Amino acid sequence: MIEFEINGKPVSVDADPDTPLLWAIRDEIGLTGTKFGCGIGMCGACTVHVGGRATRSCITPVSAVEGTSITTIEGLSPQDNHPVQEAWRNLRVPQCGYCQSGQIMQAAALLQDIPAPTDEDIDAVMTGNLCRCMTYPRIRNAVREAAAAMTQGNSDNG
Amino acid sequence: MLKRVFWATSAVILIGAAGFGIYAYKPAIEPVDASSRTAFDPEIVEKGRVLAAAGYCSECHTAEGGAPFAGNYPMDTGFGTIYATNLTPAMETGIGSYSPEAFRRAMKEGVRRDGRHLFPAFPYNHFTKMSDEDVDAIYAYIMTEVPPVELETKENELPFPLDLRFLQAGWKLLFVDFDDYAVDPAHSEEWNRGAYLAEGLAHCGACHTPRNPLGAEIESDQYGGAQINGWTAPALTPQNASAVPWTAADFKSYLTEGVSANHGISAGPMGPVVHIGIRELPESDIDALSLYLGEKSGTNNGDPVDTSAVASSLERGRPDPQYRKDQGERLYATACASCHYNTEQIAAGRPDLGINSATNLDTPDNLIHVILDGVSGPEGIDGVVMPGFRDALSPTEITAIAAYLRDARANQPAWPDLAQTVTRLSNTAAPAE
Repeated sequence: MIEFEINGKPVSVDADPDTPLLWAIRDEIGLTGTKFGCGIGMCGACTVHVGGRATRSCITPVSAVEGTSITTIEGLSPQDNHPVQEAWRNLRVPQCGYCQSGQIMQAAALLQDIPAPTDEDIDAVMTGNLCRCMTYPRIRNAVREAAAAMTQGNSDNG
Repeated sequence: MLKRVFWATSAVILIGAAGFGIYAYKPAIEPVDASSRTAFDPEIVEKGRVLAAAGYCSECHTAEGGAPFAGNYPMDTGFGTIYATNLTPAMETGIGSYSPEAFRRAMKEGVRRDGRHLFPAFPYNHFTKMSDEDVDAIYAYIMTEVPPVELETKENELPFPLDLRFLQAGWKLLFVDFDDYAVDPAHSEEWNRGAYLAEGLAHCGACHTPRNPLGAEIESDQYGGAQINGWTAPALTPQNASAVPWTAADFKSYLTEGVSANHGISAGPMGPVVHIGIRELPESDIDALSLYLGEKSGTNNGDPVDTSAVASSLERGRPDPQYRKDQGERLYATACASCHYNTEQIAAGRPDLGINSATNLDTPDNLIHVILDGVSGPEGIDGVVMPGFRDALSPTEITAIAAYLRDARANQPAWPDLAQTVTRLSNTAAPAE
């Protein structure tokens, strides 16, 4: 049994140690907001937070997260009103929406480390999160808007 | 003495004015009753339809959303807005009361039936080159086929004194050659047919020839290119800016299909010229126009597809095979930079690989180990993991990332045995968890 915490709740998973964390999250724990994209850590759709850091769950073996604390899109904010989520809604960022939970988790992690990112910072950190609908300009705008909201202290969810 | 000079000068001015008045004066032509018009030969009517289309009369004589030929299309001339007149055979507000003579005079002399001068927004300076026979055919078509629509033409918005129609006689005196089209014996019959159409009915120069400050086409710069309605009407001369010269074959394709493969499509104001205009002409006429325009552009010979411009453009359009040189940097941006990127300072959980020990060591082993197998919870920062890319990236790709980090980020000499190290470590089983 591999034990860790997900969205504040302790869980134990009975799975092969090589099982990707993503499968554990989706199939064992039943949280399906995190998506499977490329399966090789190159698209970012599966991004979750492990120890507060954006992590590609599709290539992270579940054994590696023993004892850690994981946050998925379902646990990012109790009322789904993290500033990034607010900005996402305000700017109607998603088109098909498949990549958005990964995008949001990546953006939230970015703003923790770099609270006032430049466009270059946003591009550098968000490049690994692909959007097949090409909503990148809106994604960038949303990250800017969320950064502004968080800097103004409009939210304590950051 | 002074008195004498005064009287002499006055007399010259008076005689000049009187002379101009006589020149400018055009009598009204008696109106005709529609019922008095005899039916036209259907062949003439059809010929008139084709000519009216190829002269795109309706393009300027139809307002947006308005009835065809009913006028009120606003033409911004740069001097003010002129509203195109109602060309339908309506008796009161159209040209229903025009006799063939009155119509001919309007087309070829720019004078209305009532004797007043038309503004040269109406390109009578071109239509004057047309044969009476062709003008009469258009008359036959309009009177027969165009439904009469009573619609008052709006007042032109021209500043004084430009709104004085009799002054237009002076403009004509200065700028219009009212002679019929003169056959150029130095050129073929087909070329002359093309020139007749281009300079007359098709009035190519109205858009493609630049105008002087008084709005007249500059004859010495015929087809030199001009601005029209916010678009550039390109030069139809050797000065044309296209990468590949226009040949007769290009013009033919353009004027019939609306596209020349070596140049582009007929867009903007040129769209209707082709699509509801020139292409209505019989093929022989389009051939003649194309021949004429091709010669004006100076290049009716040779296959433009063979030109170096085409070859080099195709070459430049191919994906640059060198793009792979940045493979390491691109892979890093996608697979690594979401965490391994810092801005003004280095954040604790965002190791900066340019100054990281693993990148600066004399051997790449440590770096490759971590890229292959990641960092698990109990290693490194407590509770933070890095996924391994052993099954995600190929040894070539991992080598590219490592080479990029070593060279561009750490600014260190390349690891001589990098590729071999990656291959060796890739072939070694992952450590058991």
